[in-house]
Amino acid sequence: MKMKQLATMAVTAVLAASVASAELVIPDLSYRTGPYAAGGTPFSDGYQDYFNMLNARDGGIGGEPIRIVECETGYNTEKGVECYEATKGEGALIYQPLSTGITYQLIPKAAADGIPIHTMGYGRTSAANGEVFNWVFNYPANYWTAASVMVNYLLEENGGDLSDKKIALLYHNSAYGKEPIRTLEELSANYGFELTQLAVDHPGQEQKSQWLQIRRERPDYVLMWGWGVMNQVAVQEAANIGFPMENFIGNWWAGAEADVLPAGAAADGYKSLNMNRVDPTLPVFDDIRTLVHDAGNAAGDGSNLGSVLYTRGMYAAMLASEAIAKAQEMNGVSAVTAAMVRDGMEALEITDARMEELGMPKIGPEFSVSCENHGGTGLGIVQQWDASAGAWVALTDYIAPDMDVIQPLIDEDSAAFAAEAGIEPGCL
Amino acid sequence: MLYREAGDFKTSYEADSQTFPIAFDRYRIWVVLAFAYLVVPFVINDYWANAILVPFLIYAIAAIGLNILTGYCGQVSLGTGGFMAVGAYASYKLMTAFPDVSIVIHIILAGGITAVVGAVFGLPSLRIKGFYLAVATLAAQFFLVWLFNKVAWFYNYSASGQINAPERTVLGIAVTGPNTEAWAQYLISLVFVTACAIIARNLTRGSLGRTWMSIRDMDIAAEIIGVNPLKAKLTAFAVSSFFIGISGALFFTVYLGAVEVGEAFGIQKSFLVLFMIIIGGLGSIFGSFAGAAFLVFLPVVLKVIGVDLLGWPTDLVAHFQLVIVGALIMFFLIKEPHGLAQIWRLIKEKLRLWPFPY
Repeated sequence: MKMKQLATMAVTAVLAASVASAELVIPDLSYRTGPYAAGGTPFSDGYQDYFNMLNARDGGIGGEPIRIVECETGYNTEKGVECYEATKGEGALIYQPLSTGITYQLIPKAAADGIPIHTMGYGRTSAANGEVFNWVFNYPANYWTAASVMVNYLLEENGGDLSDKKIALLYHNSAYGKEPIRTLEELSANYGFELTQLAVDHPGQEQKSQWLQIRRERPDYVLMWGWGVMNQVAVQEAANIGFPMENFIGNWWAGAEADVLPAGAAADGYKSLNMNRVDPTLPVFDDIRTLVHDAGNAAGDGSNLGSVLYTRGMYAAMLASEAIAKAQEMNGVSAVTAAMVRDGMEALEITDARMEELGMPKIGPEFSVSCENHGGTGLGIVQQWDASAGAWVALTDYIAPDMDVIQPLIDEDSAAFAAEAGIEPGCL
Repeated sequence: MLYREAGDFKTSYEADSQTFPIAFDRYRIWVVLAFAYLVVPFVINDYWANAILVPFLIYAIAAIGLNILTGYCGQVSLGTGGFMAVGAYASYKLMTAFPDVSIVIHIILAGGITAVVGAVFGLPSLRIKGFYLAVATLAAQFFLVWLFNKVAWFYNYSASGQINAPERTVLGIAVTGPNTEAWAQYLISLVFVTACAIIARNLTRGSLGRTWMSIRDMDIAAEIIGVNPLKAKLTAFAVSSFFIGISGALFFTVYLGAVEVGEAFGIQKSFLVLFMIIIGGLGSIFGSFAGAAFLVFLPVVLKVIGVDLLGWPTDLVAHFQLVIVGALIMFFLIKEPHGLAQIWRLIKEKLRLWPFPY
């Protein structure tokens, strides 16, 4: 028992000591193990490599070195909470948990602790309403805009008419997978298509009955909200029943190399959304290659550079570092606090010129964040897998979501949350 | 020397049959309780509460519950995760439907609701035993998780199917929600653990506990000497589920604050609690604590050693954790099949004879 007390004191002392040192602490709640590692690993590699590259090239952000604290969550909420508690005392500036389940845990905690959360294209969609969710950001896009972009794409393909179509939603049976249902129901009422919902339980290896149902009901399109091993299995199953791949569209978490490679040539033509462009020839990759990988500092095994999720992880890191730089500029100090970073995120503006300057031209859409809108523009592109070339090919330019449908849903859901949690909406 | 009964004379039947008949044991338990109530709340921080002590206390309640069913009454159950989910969703529905009623009452009511559900799923135990019963309770596990996923009423029709615990207070101090202080979170769990452990200890020492144990040891013989198997088995299921329901309610309200049923209360939770009582020791309240401590602390200790001290990559440490925990479970089961509680019992026996063993 005495040991416990001593250990407590030791931990407190260590935490107190590390707060004092001036560096930018960025926790990386990653998952490189378990059924979702195929998605978590490349994202985390990109996230860390970009910050390491900034450290090597510019000496950090604004002259302040960055320290990454990695913590393995295994996509498990209990471990995610442990990671959050273990890292927040070190002076964490921003959290990107890459898990909708963990995000739901952290939303109230982070607001109480005053640390911003950036959930890029995942998490709680209604966090786009910054007046209720002061500390949560989900720019540049979210699940509801993804659903709307998908339907808009299908509308365009079908000459603006979906009234006699049947669309099936294959989703991960969790908060993540259930998020788009409300929007799709609304859109189904608007455009008259028939929506079938098919839930796949964690971890997603067992999908025989769902695909049997798809074979029986013959929907015109299958939309998928999948992650980790579920994606690979779904693409394989679709190939097994001979479902036309070009009518099978995943969201942006179901469109990476690891999802389609196991099915080989059968996966050819599978489509997915993307919120960023994939281009392995971006100039920024050269910097990462020479300054990080060649120096032996690569996160992971260094094999993921340029892949879909690696690029997205790097994009997430870029948005975080831009917000930190913005915070430094706004406050005139280089050692920013979490609260300053939050203000920086709220004043963030990403332009084509700035992306070009950072060595990643056109990686994402232009957008700006404000107190009212933490969600960005919600634009997404549709990409298609070319199995023979082994690459994702962008089919469209950025497609805009139908905000007339989504904004009322965001307002409604965030108002419900505000009432439940006793929050008075307003800007900080 | 330290640990002995010489000179500890009992002059009444009550004194002779008390929970801890040896004086040293009584002092020790008072010291532990005093430390837990009077020292820990002042030194605890968020990390110790959220990552270590609160989950330990809550899992200890679940382990006590399962131990009553499996360790004392001999009915193998794989439905623990499902019953914890019942406790969590019951407390959520009660919290949101009656916001003015104290959270403590809601948690106890959630335990009561789980007891009813547990007794219903315990009915098959009258006809089937052993592995077959385990499979029947496995059905309860999957059915309950499916139910809480499927019926939107249970999660108040929220878009994501998540349930979130709003802020509730006890004596004006927040015990749920994000603004809860670490010590408040710890203390409310501790109060529930203490109460549960005392109730469980006394139940298992009384006539009810004896009927459970007679069913466990030989159900036909128990029936012949007049034990009603219907009553014994169903009370075991009800009492066990009551504790598990309380732990599920605390798990959701005090510990996590937001829960997704498939992820938090899946089959792996049932196995985790079962491992706790097997490692800790079947048929022992102390064993429930020891097993919960073992399986909550060990991964954290391994992570601290691997990542923070040795600086290994996090994925390597996570994989090693599985290997080491698995190896240790096998080691314990081979070296001491009766669990940590038996090791503790042997130590006590040795200490009583020390320094003159014969």
